[in-house]
Amino acid sequence: MIRALVTAGPIDAGEELARLEALGGGGVASFTGVVRGGDGVTALELEQYPGMTQAAIEGIAHAAAERWPLLGVTLIHRHGRLETGERIVFVGAAARHRAEALAAAAFLIDWAKTRAPFWKREWLADGSSRWIEPRPEDETSAAEWEASAEHGRP
Amino acid sequence: MALELLYFAWVRERIGRDGETIEPPPEVADVAGLVRWLAARGGGYAEALGEPERLRCAVDQRFAPLDTPIAGAREVALFPPVTGG
Repeated sequence: MIRALVTAGPIDAGEELARLEALGGGGVASFTGVVRGGDGVTALELEQYPGMTQAAIEGIAHAAAERWPLLGVTLIHRHGRLETGERIVFVGAAARHRAEALAAAAFLIDWAKTRAPFWKREWLADGSSRWIEPRPEDETSAAEWEASAEHGRP
Repeated sequence: MALELLYFAWVRERIGRDGETIEPPPEVADVAGLVRWLAARGGGYAEALGEPERLRCAVDQRFAPLDTPIAGAREVALFPPVTGG
């Protein structure tokens, strides 16, 4: 099962986990990204590149499925306006054993952060907003997966 | 040949539109040249595109380096580094 979606609607993490758990593997690993509050942030707005963003999300999910022997891969990313506490991204992987599931989940979120065209804007309590700058460590994490593939490791 | 341009995030905001169709002159060979040519329009274009090292691009909906040739391309998107997840 490969489930890759860009959606404006909410993410039901329980339902997504249940889909992965029903695939008959021995392990399911997941990561849920949540809109972080603090620093006066009241909401996030995610801009996408219609067409390319969906294709990129599908490509990342397929890349995970090619790297590890998985029974299921889920990558769901929201766009539009999200309030603090809402789920922004869900990744999950089901496999026969935990190592592949855990590694695939880490890969999925690292690549979703750096290999899919999304741009985040923070809205603040005073009504102002600002575009979020990328964090260099996100690119480092994503690049490490490419380096590991080049060295013949999963 | 006509080329579709798309702008995202603060590139879109500074230029003041989300895209346009252009006919680049023959001396514009790659995306970097296109960025310089557009920035020379001044105003919001110069504000958005004046520092090419802050820009990323996609050619026909694939991430590409700024030195990618535009010959044969149908769609070029200019944007800041992505911040998903």
